[in-house]
Amino acid sequence: MRKELLLGAEAVGQAAIDGGISGVYAYPGTPSTEITEYIQANKVAKEKGINSFWSSNEKTAYEEALGMSYAGKRAMVCMKHVGLNVAADAFVNSAITGIRGGLVVTVADDPSMHSSQNEQDSRFYGKFAMIPVLEPSNQQEAYDMVYDGFELSEKTGLPVMLRITTRLAHSRAGVVKKEPKKEDEVSIPENLKQFLLLPAFARKSYVKLLGKQGQLAELAENSSYNQYIEGDDKSLGIICCGIAFNYLNENYIEKKCPYPVLKISQYPLPEKMIRKIEGECDELLVIEEGYPLLEELLKDFFLKGTKVSGRLDGALPRAGELTPDHVGVALGLRPPVEYKIPEIVANRPPSLCQGCGHQDVYQALNEVVADVGEGRVFSDIGCYALGALPPYETINTCVDMGASVTMAKGAADAGLFPVFTVIGDSTFTHSGITGLLDAVNENVNINVIIVDNETVAMTGGQESSALGNLESICLGVGVDPEHLKVVVPLRKNHNQMVSMIREEMGYDGVSVIIARRPCIQKVAREKKKIKAQKES
Amino acid sequence: MKADIILAGVGGQGILSIAAALGAATLNEGLYLKQAETHGMSQRGGAVVSHLRIADYPIASDLIPLGKADIIISVEPMESLRYLPYLSETGFLVTNEVIFENIPNYPLSEKIFGEIKKLTNFVALNAEQLARDVGNPKASNMVMLGASSPFIEISSEIIEKGIAKVFERKGNLVVNSNIEAFRSGKDYATKYLK
Ligand SMILES: Cc1ncc(C[n+]2csc(CCOP(=O)(O)OP(=O)(O)O)c2C)c(N)n1
Repeated sequence: MRKELLLGAEAVGQAAIDGGISGVYAYPGTPSTEITEYIQANKVAKEKGINSFWSSNEKTAYEEALGMSYAGKRAMVCMKHVGLNVAADAFVNSAITGIRGGLVVTVADDPSMHSSQNEQDSRFYGKFAMIPVLEPSNQQEAYDMVYDGFELSEKTGLPVMLRITTRLAHSRAGVVKKEPKKEDEVSIPENLKQFLLLPAFARKSYVKLLGKQGQLAELAENSSYNQYIEGDDKSLGIICCGIAFNYLNENYIEKKCPYPVLKISQYPLPEKMIRKIEGECDELLVIEEGYPLLEELLKDFFLKGTKVSGRLDGALPRAGELTPDHVGVALGLRPPVEYKIPEIVANRPPSLCQGCGHQDVYQALNEVVADVGEGRVFSDIGCYALGALPPYETINTCVDMGASVTMAKGAADAGLFPVFTVIGDSTFTHSGITGLLDAVNENVNINVIIVDNETVAMTGGQESSALGNLESICLGVGVDPEHLKVVVPLRKNHNQMVSMIREEMGYDGVSVIIARRPCIQKVAREKKKIKAQKES
Repeated sequence: MKADIILAGVGGQGILSIAAALGAATLNEGLYLKQAETHGMSQRGGAVVSHLRIADYPIASDLIPLGKADIIISVEPMESLRYLPYLSETGFLVTNEVIFENIPNYPLSEKIFGEIKKLTNFVALNAEQLARDVGNPKASNMVMLGASSPFIEISSEIIEKGIAKVFERKGNLVVNSNIEAFRSGKDYATKYLK
């Protein structure tokens, strides 16, 4: 069996192709981006014509995937954890409509917030929507779960969530592939009312979803991904979820773990297995990558029953990604640390690239802010969020995609003047347009600067949905053409930018300045590509 | 056999090419491999690290436990120190001497090298210079791999095959100069230790 060295994210992409999808739908977001990129670059996927074009945001992606499932074909939708907040409406309701073609929802969580604004645990969403959740412990399991996940989805009639984390998504290991499956034919739902969630229909569909819960529990109970490993020392029972299983095993390389272990990788929770370990052991240790979902459930409120430890009682850290060392400490083992980090070692945070156009925008905006006072720049998520750090420290907010426009409007409504918005081109098309419409409808005095580097730079330079259309989008939303301006953010245009911002600040209504210059990384990549093409 | 390797550097320095060469070398040699990488935000000029684990038995964790790394390979000297708690008592630190200064509070280089010299097992080299000397200034990471090879229980022959696989698309000339870079790093480390 030949192994291929794949990132966890790539293994998911490969499994989706082999599992017979006709489309992958996604908006970029670390650590999920590489799944879609892998499919986009894959030769077989190209030959088959698998749809893999980026969507504008996670909600549109989810609905597109659901539409493909409606038409009888298999689809995958991928996003980072916070993307599921954006897609939540479609996600939760798709459990009630159910699916037709197999639908796998891959959500990549980011414990420790390596590249995110929070570390929310998507398993809660899975439980909330009452669908099966799969949580692989390694790359091969991730592959197998997706490969078989479409059948699980079709068998249960529900979307299936694959929950991975940064560590698995961005770690490579040998993966063995399986025989590719054929794509399904396009078809119309047998029940033409299946996807109609009008209250009268929805009540029936919801009861149906509730009725499936027993089947889902049975599936988890018999899943080969959930394992009960016997142990002689019953003073402790250990329950591990997903990748936490590896961190436990890392502490028992030389000798076998003496305690009974329950590995959970398929939800809803396998109740019988959990009852068994509780019945056999004096105490329980719950090791979960993410929030203490299971621990909270098992911990007895009045502390009269079995002692349950984990992230809630400090046996493991409450926040952040787990490591084998955390698990070792929880088991009373000490890491053999010989050396400390010398004090002279300085932090090296990420920063804007030398020559990036965002720098020129911040230099200009800082000059205006110096006159009007601090605390008025509402911004968003993207490379330009690095404008929060020295030497710029220009922006005051970065909350969720699109919030720059709407928070600026709310602050203006409250009477703050002047207010500025700095938003990237991709963030604008993700969630900024509707907010701009709100501002236009009330003619609120906000000054929007769209920093248009013509790409989704933060996540590695994917195609931006805004490409070439920003002006017409703004005009279509109703921005006054007199107050829609374009400037090239270069040092030589500094004075032009400053006076443009000042001028628009004086206008009592919505103004939009598009600061447009391609991302220098994008330019460099394109040059490299052209050079490579010439050489070959 | 096992080799737990911490690869360190700054976003953009291409530390993953070292991992790729070792990965290509070992995967179908009956060895197991896991390689945790840094993607995302830190790639914008921030500190990046990769945990590379190779063993002749299945590997559990994607992360190397503290105090268990056999080698730290760093393409930047200050970054080599950031991961010292991972280094085992008998482990080796192999670092490039060339500084990458993109922060205002970068420490004095004497202080950095002072800390490196406190270690029992280390090799410091100017990988850029050695790469230029073999005529391929882009091959400094293969110099680093070469300088680390005496401390990895995998034969140079197999590693060189891996290097060839990684660069095969770019033609023979590139393959050969990268292998030369690897050998030059290896020679340097061997002499350094004597
Ligand atoms: C809901 C959600 N989806 C995705 C992301 C990941 N993400 C952060 S910034 C960004 C793109 C930013 O692109 P753009 O606005 O064009 O700014 P640039 O990085 O190019 O400056 C993405 C996809 C996120 N943080 N939240």
